[in-house]
Amino acid sequence: MSSSASVIFQERKDQILRKGQGDFDMNCNRESLAGAVSQRACVFCGSRVVLYPIADALHLVHGPIGCAAYTWDIRGALSSGPDLHRLSFSTDLQEKDIIFGGEEKLYRALTELIDRHHPKAAFVYSTCIVGIIGDDLEAVCRKVASEKGIPVLPVQSEGFKGNKREGYGAACKAMFRLMGSGDTSNISPLGINILGDFNLAGEIWIIRGYFDRMGLQTVANITGDGRVEDLQRAHGAALNVVQCSGATMELAKMMKESFDIPFMRVSYFGVEDMAESLYQIARFFEPKAPGIMERTRELVKGELSQLYPRLQEFRRELAGKKAAIYVGGAFKAFSLVKAFRLLGMRVVLVGSQTGTEEDYRELYEITDEGTIIVDDSNPLELSSFLKEKDVDVFVGGVKERPIAYKLGVGFCDHNHERKKPLEGFIGMLNFAREIHSSVMSPVWRFVPRRKAR
Amino acid sequence: MLLRHTTKEIKERKALTVNPAKTCQPIGAMYAALGIHNCLPHSHGSQGCCAYHRSALTRHYKEPVMAGTSSFTEGASVFGGQANLLQAIDTIFTVYEPDVIAVHTTCLSETIGDDIPQIAKKAETDGKIPKGKYVIHANTPSYVGSHVTGFATMTKAMVDYFAESNGRKIEQINIIPGYVEPSDMEEIKRIVSELGIRSVMFPDTSNVLNRPQTGRFDMFPKGGTTVDALRSTGSSKATLALGRLASGPAARALDAKCKVACEILDPPIGLAATDAFVDTLRRMGGVSVPESINTERGRLLDIITDMHQYFYGKKVGLVGDPDQLISLTEFLVSIDMWPIYVVTGTPGKKFESKIKEITRDVPHEVKVASGGDMFLFHQWLKNEPVDLMMGNTYLKYISRDENIPLVRFGFPILDRVGHSYFPTVGYRGGMRLLEKILDALLDKTDRESPEESFELVL
Repeated sequence: MSSSASVIFQERKDQILRKGQGDFDMNCNRESLAGAVSQRACVFCGSRVVLYPIADALHLVHGPIGCAAYTWDIRGALSSGPDLHRLSFSTDLQEKDIIFGGEEKLYRALTELIDRHHPKAAFVYSTCIVGIIGDDLEAVCRKVASEKGIPVLPVQSEGFKGNKREGYGAACKAMFRLMGSGDTSNISPLGINILGDFNLAGEIWIIRGYFDRMGLQTVANITGDGRVEDLQRAHGAALNVVQCSGATMELAKMMKESFDIPFMRVSYFGVEDMAESLYQIARFFEPKAPGIMERTRELVKGELSQLYPRLQEFRRELAGKKAAIYVGGAFKAFSLVKAFRLLGMRVVLVGSQTGTEEDYRELYEITDEGTIIVDDSNPLELSSFLKEKDVDVFVGGVKERPIAYKLGVGFCDHNHERKKPLEGFIGMLNFAREIHSSVMSPVWRFVPRRKAR
Repeated sequence: MLLRHTTKEIKERKALTVNPAKTCQPIGAMYAALGIHNCLPHSHGSQGCCAYHRSALTRHYKEPVMAGTSSFTEGASVFGGQANLLQAIDTIFTVYEPDVIAVHTTCLSETIGDDIPQIAKKAETDGKIPKGKYVIHANTPSYVGSHVTGFATMTKAMVDYFAESNGRKIEQINIIPGYVEPSDMEEIKRIVSELGIRSVMFPDTSNVLNRPQTGRFDMFPKGGTTVDALRSTGSSKATLALGRLASGPAARALDAKCKVACEILDPPIGLAATDAFVDTLRRMGGVSVPESINTERGRLLDIITDMHQYFYGKKVGLVGDPDQLISLTEFLVSIDMWPIYVVTGTPGKKFESKIKEITRDVPHEVKVASGGDMFLFHQWLKNEPVDLMMGNTYLKYISRDENIPLVRFGFPILDRVGHSYFPTVGYRGGMRLLEKILDALLDKTDRESPEESFELVL
């Protein structure tokens, strides 16, 4: 423990908690300490990851080339049809644009792209520099929208305005402007919108499959495999189900206020949360849809009877192993804690880039004694915790993977780079298989792991 | 068709880049700074910049990439980032204890006008920079140049801040390797030492971004050029810089500052460029070329001899960075291939004329673009296809849509391993390139030839 203590900044002490040592007291959602090697990103990043899966929209990044280059198709958000979202469009601002302004360039870029690709809508992302030079994004977008007859939506995602969470907000505001304009006449009373699922590795298709079997009509995918026209009529749905609460909760709240659509928080990760989410949805629709509860029970029963025997095989070998979790938003951590428990594993470290106090309080409730809970961590801290807790597998994102591997610790990408769907009942099996494949890999026999600890 | 949106008709675009063949300056500066031993690169801008650069480098190298950020907020962008940078310098030296903090700017901090040397000076006056520790900087606004110029600027900063001349020359040569892989830097060092020459290479990312699995996570890995070595570059008897764009500025700065004469060559990719490299080393070091190097050369030549019929007249499309593309184009022409499309995203008209000159004897029209992008490249292909493409991972969309084999070369490579371990420079690197080119071409032949003409021996 002394080794961990030495790498923790004084200023960050109250962003780290050990369950069982004193009461819950956590300081979070504050700006990162300058100079710390933070794993956090920016507002633009938040907006981009939320909106990018809308596949038939044009996504134009107004800024220098980097912002567009680093977000070019890096998240495996699959589309069943159009794939305009997988291209990278940038105004590629140059020095003279910084001096004289980029509005003219933006106007020309938008016009040219809309003429060539005929998108259903266009999102225009603002970057740091645009915020500084003061281009009037709103005015350019309005002008192009009226000339081209499609919605052209500014996304106020200047990077310096906060972290990813503010970016989610900007994305929600942009999407909200699409709503209310579409035709809702053929939407059944059992219409539902899926919020906060980005169809990584095809996950939203699994969830839509469940909703179909329950007799529900999915109106809009927000945003995985998303379509502009679906967003435009999303206000015709009877319920919003919100996953990844950080990303799209704001949109759900706006829709509640303007269209009186109720929302509920759900999670599709892990058996318990997946089943409970479906039951919760079924209970909501039960007055309008007799029989939905039975159908849902049948669905869950059928899935579980296939899943459990196969999970047991993994559980036998994984029981007692230790896991660490460090993810972008805390919501995912809740489900992961439960999923690991189902595999007989212990979660000894859990943290997120952007969790709220409420999130961490919930984590505190559901974790075991001694578990470390951490906000906005950094590589040095994470690696010392991994060593201290003698972790077998680490769940994180792209920047955490090589740290785990260097230490000789197994890894599972539960972020942009997942290659197998981890949602739904089948997702739990995939998750178990991924964890198993890494924890039990023969490679660890060859690395000087134990010796170095 | 992933790129069904690419149109065959080509219209001039002025306001728009589609599917870029470059990225921004700061990432190049960060990569260069990782080649200093015990150095923490520092991004003076918003948090996202740093996160993106670290992620991009991590995806390419599959290694931990450490860097600090000033974590700009709304306040910093209005009132300037001085407070953030001062805090960052203090935090970094207190907690991470590097020898050097290498600060690079971003579009944001450049535009609000932060003066890094002045802020560093203030940090020093305030006692925030411990004795024997350094803060260096490079101005790398994202709206100028590309990742390559960012690399060049940070490399030059190493000279500006560290190179010293004490009047006496020491028996060593400076090698500036350019924006190449850690494996390439390692190979260049090997060739130099094979010739019996003492050298200092900077920057040097070998053993930083291609390190072994040790069961440990080290914030600062073993590799990288030490500050002492950087200091000594001012007393070296000569500098050999590889790559005009990536290494030229640092080499000229050393000449101006410490009177170290420099020669600037194209990167040693392929036979002729490696010949020039080895010959220049021989002259600079006053040594003769050992048999071992001649043998390597002979082997590369042997592969070309054995397989020359397979190279003949094959049309190739290239996308990448200017320095590498110049050598690569020359190599391909020398083995009778036809590089007919050459695109870089990095701006600079000299590049176009240089490629035109190298390809003047190619019996086919050659299209070249600097400041181009992959959309344009794809449009060219739609009008006339090629047999082979070479470039970074983003070409895989075109490769799939048009059924053209792709040899991965350059930055970034996000979907294969090898580039950080196996060089493409030197004679051995040339052999590896030929192996990859032949594999790509012949695998396609095997896969697609009709049954009656499918042959065992090729």
